[in-house]
Amino acid sequence: MSLLQVRNLNVNFSQDGNVVRAVRGVSFDVNKGETVALVGESGSGKSVTALSTVSLLEGTAEVSGSITYDGAEMIGAPEKELRRVRGNDVSFIFQEPMTSLNPLHTLETQLAESLLLHQGLRGDAAKERILELLHKVGIRDPETRLNSYPHQLSGGQRQRVMIAMALANGPELLVADEPTTALDVTIQAQILELLAELKRSEQMSLLFITHDLGIVRRIADRVCVMKDGEIVETGPTAEIFANPRHPYTQTLLAAEPTGRPDAVPSFAEEVVHTKDLKIWFPIKAGFLRRTVGHVKAVNSATIDVRQGETLGIVGESGSGKTTLALAIMRLISSEGQIVFQNQELHDWTEARIRPLRKDMQIVFQDPFGSLSPRMTVGQIVAEGLGVHEVAGGHDPRKLVADTLIEVGLTPDMMDRYPHEFSGGQRQRIAIARAMILRPKLLILDEPTSALDMTVQVQIVDLLRELQRKHSLAYLFISHDLKVVRALSHKVVVMKQGDVVEAGTNDEIFSNPQTEYTRTLMAAAFGEELVAE
Amino acid sequence: MALITLSPLNQRRWRNFTANRRAFWSLWIFLFIFGLSLFAEFLANDRPIVVNYRGEIYTPIFNFYPEREFGGDFGTEAVYRDIEMQCLIITGGIGECWDEPHTLIEAAHNGSLEESIEDFHQGWLIWPPIRYSYDTISNIEGSAPSAPDAQHWLGTDDTARDVTARVIYGFRLSILFTIIVTLATSVIGIAAGAIQGYFGGLTDLIFQRFIEIWSGVPTLYIIIIVAAIFQRSFWLLVILMTIFGWMALVGVVRAEFLRARNFEYVRAAKALGISDRVIMYRHVLPNAMVATLTLLPFIITGTISGLAGLDFLGFGLPSAAPSLGELTLQAKRNLTAPWLGFTAFFTFAIMLSLLVFIFEGVRDAFDPRKTFK
Repeated sequence: MSLLQVRNLNVNFSQDGNVVRAVRGVSFDVNKGETVALVGESGSGKSVTALSTVSLLEGTAEVSGSITYDGAEMIGAPEKELRRVRGNDVSFIFQEPMTSLNPLHTLETQLAESLLLHQGLRGDAAKERILELLHKVGIRDPETRLNSYPHQLSGGQRQRVMIAMALANGPELLVADEPTTALDVTIQAQILELLAELKRSEQMSLLFITHDLGIVRRIADRVCVMKDGEIVETGPTAEIFANPRHPYTQTLLAAEPTGRPDAVPSFAEEVVHTKDLKIWFPIKAGFLRRTVGHVKAVNSATIDVRQGETLGIVGESGSGKTTLALAIMRLISSEGQIVFQNQELHDWTEARIRPLRKDMQIVFQDPFGSLSPRMTVGQIVAEGLGVHEVAGGHDPRKLVADTLIEVGLTPDMMDRYPHEFSGGQRQRIAIARAMILRPKLLILDEPTSALDMTVQVQIVDLLRELQRKHSLAYLFISHDLKVVRALSHKVVVMKQGDVVEAGTNDEIFSNPQTEYTRTLMAAAFGEELVAE
Repeated sequence: MALITLSPLNQRRWRNFTANRRAFWSLWIFLFIFGLSLFAEFLANDRPIVVNYRGEIYTPIFNFYPEREFGGDFGTEAVYRDIEMQCLIITGGIGECWDEPHTLIEAAHNGSLEESIEDFHQGWLIWPPIRYSYDTISNIEGSAPSAPDAQHWLGTDDTARDVTARVIYGFRLSILFTIIVTLATSVIGIAAGAIQGYFGGLTDLIFQRFIEIWSGVPTLYIIIIVAAIFQRSFWLLVILMTIFGWMALVGVVRAEFLRARNFEYVRAAKALGISDRVIMYRHVLPNAMVATLTLLPFIITGTISGLAGLDFLGFGLPSAAPSLGELTLQAKRNLTAPWLGFTAFFTFAIMLSLLVFIFEGVRDAFDPRKTFK
């Protein structure tokens, strides 16, 4: 029998007289002990659907249709009834473990709060239950962790604590909203394993929301594919993956960056190289602020990139990839040699570097954060022209128009604002801002991570085309090995500031030398290898 | 066609502001009152706006005319409120005005003078609705302060000056003082906060300690001391209030800059090689504006009350200046004249409420999470 039954659910948001239909006529069931995955790209309405199951949406949302949980109608139910269901029968895990925990409370306090509220447990009984829960979610030595604050835990551990909180009252349904998206690939795998195991041992149902099809294949019994607020296809996981019927599902499944970069001609000139580049942040202590130690963000990185070549930098969060890139751009201070176009610029002043800035540009990860919301696209793209002379025309509007066309946008977008564009279009705008200066070196800091899979593929194609046309040198930073494999000629693997492995694309991917690289590969390609 | 093209974001803010009816109407009422008060000289003045004397037009509101100009004896400025002076102007300078002005004015109006005197020029005066300026001492019957009557709508104060005129001028002075001080403190505060937040580190550390010391200076004592050395004046107060008031905004602006300097679009601008000054102005400052606007109502109402408080204590503007604080002080001294207290209270209450309503609307309009039906 079905535990959660959603019938013809509609959710509208109205603002300034505009009505946005976020969810349109969605119907699905979650049976006891079953895992159902809601899959879709950003904006498809999957999170809204999940939140509306226990009326967690804000006041501006108009919800209609029917949602029954264990036979009881949830839409329009009194707040008191809903509160009893929330946290007790239905628990939530959210995407961001950083902000889901209160930074001012210890683990014990946070877990005890929910236990006291729903079960009336206090004192030793509560403590015992907390230890049991922490043990269950795989936190080692839970006794020593009780008085820890969230910032003392790693991202994976925080997500485990979140899961422990969700499990505290023995829920029948666990709603997990992108629980692994913010985590590194190796930790992702651990969390998924944990969830699958808990589902078995606790007899729970799981409503799993994600954009990542790899996760769906690993964990779900049934899949609902959502697009623009509607469920376009639903069925058992194996069937959907083997035989997708709806064209959208087919696009989703096919969306994977493929191909290899063009070969680099042997006479290509070197654009940049570093020798033993070190970035240490001093730790100061005591009254006189003496330096007592260093945070070693990057230890002795030696890299080189030639014209038309892509160097992929791979590693988990905190491994120093971005720091290295910022140091090469001379945006943060560093020690060691940086040679850019045969000029040693590691000890140049900002004023002296300024003219060189047009030759080295950077594209950031978050297309929503990297464009000033108060400037038009034309102003954003043209900003660099105010500082640098660019060959090939003195009319800024024409240059902007040409560059927009080059990155696959149209010139009439010039007078619109960034918020009117999708993530992929914004990333193209960010690329246009860098490309208008005709740089020699383009640093790409996770340019595809914040994008949907189908859009990722397009951006990868665009980057490859730009490289071919302008013989650009790329420094491509990513934790996503699939994208790196599709774009890079050479790969550097970083771990906690050290370069642990470096080599050509083929060497690294077909014959990884270190354990760490093998773990990364297993996490990224593991399920595929199994499937093949 | 619109004169100013607003960005979509500002259009949304304007729509949100107008959706708040209370704020919207408060804005218009305030603008109307303030607009009127800007022309206070035409509303309440002891000189006529226009005078026609022997066929010539004079504008006493703007110009100095000696008494002699209108057939009087002295080179001092004509006292237009005297009935003799009015008689001289209306009758075209007949010497008998000094003896029986009332009869002559009447005769001039019913046309009998025209027949009896050769070369007669009928003149006229156009007065503002209130024939007193803020410093006009009027001849009242009985003792000052006098209760409201037909001549003095809100009565007179204890030096027999018209309260209505003083309120009109006082309102204008308060608002102008506040606008100047708020603008000056905001500019200094935003600049200081921007520099601290953007550069951070040692600059920030030293500047913060300086601000801590500076805010510890007892403002009131300084003002009393300075007032004892210099002549009290409007601009002296503006300078003093600005010197000790600019710290209010530093905190929020600094916090916004600290946050925004690590934004990716700020990094991108740095990577483009754009100078710090331009980045601060073009990319970071707009972020700080919302926080600034949220604090602005507190600064504005604080400045109004600050000025009134100093006036009340007697350390504010010179005693002849039209000041609402001074009116409050008089109300305290003359408890038997309740019209003084009521006038002061309602002027402050209406002025501050209107401002608070307006800025409440502004703040809500800038809140991206707030939605309006």
